Amino acid sequence: MDLRKLVDNIKPSFEEGGKFSALHSTFDAFETFLFVPKTVTTRGSHIRDVMDIKRTMSVVIIALLPALLFGMFNIGYQHSMATGANETILGNFWFGFLHMLPLIIVSYVTGLAIEFASAQIRHHEVNEGFLVTGLLIPMIMPIDVPLWMLAIATAFAVILGKEVFGGTGMNIFNPALLARAFIFFSYPTKISGDKVWTYGLDGGLTPVDGFSGATPLSIAPNAMANGTTVDWSCLPVMDWFYGFIPGSIGETSTLAILIGAAILIFTGIASWKVMVSVFAGGFVMGSLLNLIDANTYMQMPAYYHLLIGGFAFGAVFMATDPVTGAQTETGKWIYGAIIGIMAVLIRVFNAGYPEGMMLAILFANAIAPIIDYYVVQANISRRQKRVKCSTK
Amino acid sequence: MAFLSKKNKEALTSPIGANNPILVQILGICSTLAVTAKLKPAFVMALSVMVVTAVANLVISLMRKGIPSRIRIIVQLVVVAALVILVDQILKAFVYDVSKSLSVFVGLIITNCIIMGRLEAFALGNKPMPSFLDGIGNGLGYGMILIIVGFFRELLGSGQLWGYQVIPQWCYDHGYSNNGLIILPPMALIIVGIIIWVHRSKNTSLQEK
Repeated sequence: MDLRKLVDNIKPSFEEGGKFSALHSTFDAFETFLFVPKTVTTRGSHIRDVMDIKRTMSVVIIALLPALLFGMFNIGYQHSMATGANETILGNFWFGFLHMLPLIIVSYVTGLAIEFASAQIRHHEVNEGFLVTGLLIPMIMPIDVPLWMLAIATAFAVILGKEVFGGTGMNIFNPALLARAFIFFSYPTKISGDKVWTYGLDGGLTPVDGFSGATPLSIAPNAMANGTTVDWSCLPVMDWFYGFIPGSIGETSTLAILIGAAILIFTGIASWKVMVSVFAGGFVMGSLLNLIDANTYMQMPAYYHLLIGGFAFGAVFMATDPVTGAQTETGKWIYGAIIGIMAVLIRVFNAGYPEGMMLAILFANAIAPIIDYYVVQANISRRQKRVKCSTK
Repeated sequence: MAFLSKKNKEALTSPIGANNPILVQILGICSTLAVTAKLKPAFVMALSVMVVTAVANLVISLMRKGIPSRIRIIVQLVVVAALVILVDQILKAFVYDVSKSLSVFVGLIITNCIIMGRLEAFALGNKPMPSFLDGIGNGLGYGMILIIVGFFRELLGSGQLWGYQVIPQWCYDHGYSNNGLIILPPMALIIVGIIIWVHRSKNTSLQEK
């Protein structure tokens, strides 16, 4: 059976006047998902690239896969650690896959339902923006997050973070981070502390001795709360890099995220300038704090900041969002540096927010238009000055 | 009925719908965010503002021919301040707990832009009766939004209405929990935004092109 023929057969009933004309946007979305549209513009010249939004989004999904697959394995691995079970790699992965799948399904079903409905109401085409957002949302959640909270957060992010501004490409804030921020402020006990990062620990599972479920982010705050210090040289830093640590699902493995970063940079999807400046900003700020040296958190080697928590994930997949970030080339450096600096500052100085990356990126999203404005103004005045000097 | 001539009726009802002080003129937002975490303070606040607006409108309208225009703001402030102190004392005497939870915001009714706005825009140029009705109408329009916002914030944020538990314990036992964000003022602003969204889509003439 030829798929093209099948699509062509049912097409008329979705056109204007057809039986299902109300579902035109939905049909259109699936048709263009299967086939590259062959529509030719009739007026003017248009330069089209094969990398339309759909292909761009697909590449981002591919770049997310290493972190996603490792995240699934890590769910099982942490659970085995907590229960003391001796699972195989495949067994761990299968456990993680089974418990990750509901989160992904809930996120996609909620988000896509809203996207399709609003496209239908506005007679727009369905945009592909949610393809990536829908996967990012579960990846930045703890595995134990209740599904109904995930659904509400996704709905909040898609409706109030995106659709009210006009849909894909118009949003001010990164929708995935808005969903996380929503849960963070609405239900703080479900997304912070030591227990939520390992499956079942929050629901009454008693871990074996020596397993706390704490993330590396809480080492320094806990030590400071107890009045002790940390010997930073004796910590399993390579585990932090590979990702064998508790944390939000997709963010633990810096290695897997860097593979994704390589894919994004190689295909030209994401700006390497933003990534580099986020890491540089975080490292410079961490080094400055090393110099101040006032408490045990400030003594933490600066590059540790880049390995723990969501720093790498935020830098590679969140900060580089082309819609919410700075658009000008100089602006990208400033924008990235602000994220890196703010993330480390929030971590070290604000005990209430152990992870500063989410808030730092949302903050930078808010000021990205101002950064762009001043970069453009600076360029204008520089050139005006040049004209003035050369005509004298 | 002579009491509610067309103009008087207009003065009373238009602030509730198409000319709502919060939804259209975007006035009085500060107190809308501050006192609506629970329904009861929101209701008392709405009532207080309505009384102050109506009586201040009436008094200023009665005095409107005698007030030199140069010092009219001072005169208006004196009238409003006197009324606010009266309201404050009455609240302290009869509903002390609500007065405590409203704290400084009762005193700050004096800075509520809606009151000064109505005095300037309406009471100085109209007869006492329409002015009084205009004050009642604006108070109602303001209070309506406060109560809607307060309803959602108390229901979703504390699981209560008017201080009584309405979401049963059964739900909490099965994993439901109160939303902490909705207690914070930013979410109140978002709720006001959603109400404005609904209001604009019903009143198409208000939509900016």
